[in-house]
Formats: sequence, C-alpha cells, structure tokens
Amino acid sequence: MAMSSSTQFIVIEAVIKIAVIMFVLLTAIAYLTWLERKVIGHIQARWGPYLVGPHGLLQPLADGMKFMFKEDIAPLEADRVVYWLAPFLAFLMAFLSIAVIPFGGSFTLAGHQIFLQITDLNVGLLFIFAVTSLGVYSVALAGWSSNSKYPLLGGLRSSAQMISYEISLTLGVIGVLMIAGTLSLREIVNQQAGLWGHGSVLSLLPRWNLFLQPVGFLVYFMAAIAETNRIPFDLPEGETELVAGFHTEYSSFKFAIFFMSEYANMITVSAIATLLFFGGWLGPVFGPAPLRVILPVFWFTLKVFCFLFFYIWVRGTLPRFRYDQLMAFGWKFLLPLGLLNILATSAVVAWVHS
Amino acid sequence: MEILFYVFGGLAVMAALSVVLQRTPVYSALSLIVVLASLAVIYLLLGAPFVAMVQVIVYAGAIMVLFVLVIMLLNAGHEGPSQHRAKFARWAGPPLLVAFLAEVAVLIWKQYGLTSTANAPAVDASPAAVGRLLFTSYVLPFEVTSILILVAVLGAVVLAKRQF
Repeated sequence: MAMSSSTQFIVIEAVIKIAVIMFVLLTAIAYLTWLERKVIGHIQARWGPYLVGPHGLLQPLADGMKFMFKEDIAPLEADRVVYWLAPFLAFLMAFLSIAVIPFGGSFTLAGHQIFLQITDLNVGLLFIFAVTSLGVYSVALAGWSSNSKYPLLGGLRSSAQMISYEISLTLGVIGVLMIAGTLSLREIVNQQAGLWGHGSVLSLLPRWNLFLQPVGFLVYFMAAIAETNRIPFDLPEGETELVAGFHTEYSSFKFAIFFMSEYANMITVSAIATLLFFGGWLGPVFGPAPLRVILPVFWFTLKVFCFLFFYIWVRGTLPRFRYDQLMAFGWKFLLPLGLLNILATSAVVAWVHS
Repeated sequence: MEILFYVFGGLAVMAALSVVLQRTPVYSALSLIVVLASLAVIYLLLGAPFVAMVQVIVYAGAIMVLFVLVIMLLNAGHEGPSQHRAKFARWAGPPLLVAFLAEVAVLIWKQYGLTSTANAPAVDASPAAVGRLLFTSYVLPFEVTSILILVAVLGAVVLAKRQF
C-alpha cells in the first residue's frame, strides 16, 4: 500500500480520535449511571450508592463486572438471529452518531490543522437523524424476537412513540437550519460566536440560537426526552404494567448493552441541543495556547452535563404519562407547535432577507 | 472507492435475493432494509450525501419501520411451501425469466458495451442545490406530490375514525 504521508497522517489521526472518543464516551456512560443513582437518591432523601469506593465512585466498575459474569439466559422460543442482532443494532446506532459531533475548535500539530471532531460531514445533522431513525429497529426487533407478550407490547409501544416524536424532533430543529442555512454542525456553531449587542443590556447575552428559537428548542428537547425513552415518556419500559418492556427477556451483557445505548443516546441528544441552541463549545477563552484548546472542550462538556443533569432531575420529579396522553401530547401539541414555529421563522427569515 | 462499490453493490443484490427467498416475513423485511442501506452507501460513493441520508431517513427509517410493525402485529409466522402456485408459472416461469434477463443484458450491452465506463458530469448534489431545483424547475411535480400525500393522510384519518 503506497500512501502519501498526508493520507497516513489522516488515517492515524482518525484512529486516535476514535479511540479517545470511545474511551471518554464509555467512561461518561458508566459515570452517568452513577450520577443518576446519586442524584435520584438525594432527591428522595437517600444516599444512593455509597459502599463501593469513596461515595460509591467505583460502583459503575462493580456493575460492569457483575453484568459480564452473569449467566446469559435467552428464551427457548426466541428468534435466535434477531434476538442477537437487536442489542448489537442498539449499540451501533447509539455510537455512530457521535462521529459527526464536534466538541471543540481546532489546533495545529506538525503543520496539520486538527479539528476536535471525528468527521465534519456537510450533512452532519441529517446523518444523526438517519442514524436515530434506524435506532427504532433495535427496540422493535428486541420486543418481537423475545417471543413473549410483555416485550412485544413494549416494542410496539416504543416504535409508535419513537416514530411520532421523531417528527417533532426534526421540526424543532428546522428553525435553526433556516437561520443557519447549513447542515454542518461546525458551521452552525461558528455562526453563534460573539455577543448580541454592544453597550446595551443585550451585550451580556451570547449570540446563541436559543434566543432566536426558544419555541424550537422546547419542541426539540421535549421530543428528545421522548425519543430517548426517558421519564416521563418511558412507556416502552413502564415497569408497573410491562415488567421492563422490550428488554424484559434480556439478561447479562446484552441487557447492559441496551442500558449503555440508552445513556449514549441521552448524551448524543444533549450534545445536539448544545450545538444547535447553546453555542456548542463557545465560551470565554483566555490564557496560553494549550488552555485555549482545552477551554472550549470544557465549556462543551459543561453544557452537555447541564442537560444530562436536567434529564435526571426530570426523572426524579415527574410521574409517567399515560399512553393516550403521550400520543395526544405528541400529535396535538408538539407537532402543531413545531409547524407554527417553522411558519413564523420562515416569515421572519424571508422578511430579513428581502 | 471502486472496491466499496462492489462490496455494497454485491450486498444489495444478495440482500435483494434474500428478500424474495426468505420464508420468514421479518427476515424479508430486514433484508429489504439492508438493500436500502447499501443503496444509500452507493449514493454516497456517487457524491450525493443528501440523497443518501434522505434514502435512509425516509425508506429505512420511516417506511420500513411501518412494514416491520405491521408484520410484528400480525405475527406472521413461518411461511410453508405455497399451495396456490399456478401450474402455468411452473413451466413458463423459468424461460420467461431467462428471456427477461437476456433482454436487459442486450439493452445494457447496446448502450454501453463491456469496456466503456460511463462518466457522468459532476453535479452539485448539496442540500441547497437539491432544494433550489425542487422549488424552481420541479415545483409543479413537488406540489402535486404534496397534495397527493395530503389526500392520502386525510383518507387514512377518515378510515381510522370510522372504527370508533
């Protein structure tokens, strides 16, 4: 294989980025479970995990070991191929979308400019929607292949729910796209640089899309909570009526994979909200060169963390919707609201351009 | 790049065969999803990322989900050997298939021959360019399709409402 040195550099760069991001993401998922149990615990006036390590900090590690050494039980009548395929699909779809998410600016190393992102597609956002739309299959197929009634009901419910809320999810984002005029996530963030005004009160506000698209953000984020099957929209795994929904029959590491994909999806959805509405990695940057590279990554992580905390907070606060309430909320409230937002935004954009 | 084309082209053909040959409906549907996804990769290789993504979102992500849902709801099980096959199809089918394939081969041969590789001129396939075309040159078909879909949606609502 004759490769030019610049091609070699690109390949090595990509491999290193993928390895680092996978490591960070998996660690983040592990500690997100810890954070969730801790925060929910404190909301309910308990301590949460406390015994394994200081403040239970080694709990995720213990959980991981436990999942790996548990016996893997599959129902006798399960459809073997699809039963195996479903968790694999869930994992794949949850981790694929991370590839196009930018988490920082760029820096120069040995004459090459390195962007803090695995790849910058010019249809990045569409790629994420394509991947999340395929994520429905893992849930539907897991429910079907278990050949048991609770998983089947859970799978059907969640497919219907994810299809319904996917529309609102997309509609909420379209307003931002109309203002930005691009689908590249890096471009969208770069357009949010700076402050709103000079001298007035406005100069305190960063130029985030949130202030242009508050309704779009609300529609997006509510749909996103439903899309990730979280409380108050966690009907697919409503414990009280469906045991555990689509993953009732999964045990051991296959169950862990479903769990990890759910948390990975939460991180993806929060990252997109940060990029589209909250200026991504933009924030006050100062100091020497290395700090100028690290600070944006820090701002990005902080914003994503706030969303994740919000997710957990909501889980500790709100009860679950009933199924008909869920459908009515999605189709009769979120969808019209998203459409109205698009109408209003397009009118304003047309007026500004003319 | 050419290797990728053959890999995904081959995958598409094999999955398409599997759609027809599988006995379990869910497997057929899954194979169809593989066909659609491989086609999306081929669009990507042709330099049309927007079309590729729309292919995945619309066909694999929306339409096929409904197919799979319906199959799951009906719980359509294993399909035995068909009892209702027409006698005519048994002896006339294979020769007709061969004739059809030969016809397609001849047409392709006449058009391109074996050696020539058709190099289409590069076109701008970005989302903006596709959108511009949709709202200028193809605005009439676009609007007619929208009305068609609207009628279909209304029809579906009327049909669903009648049940209650």
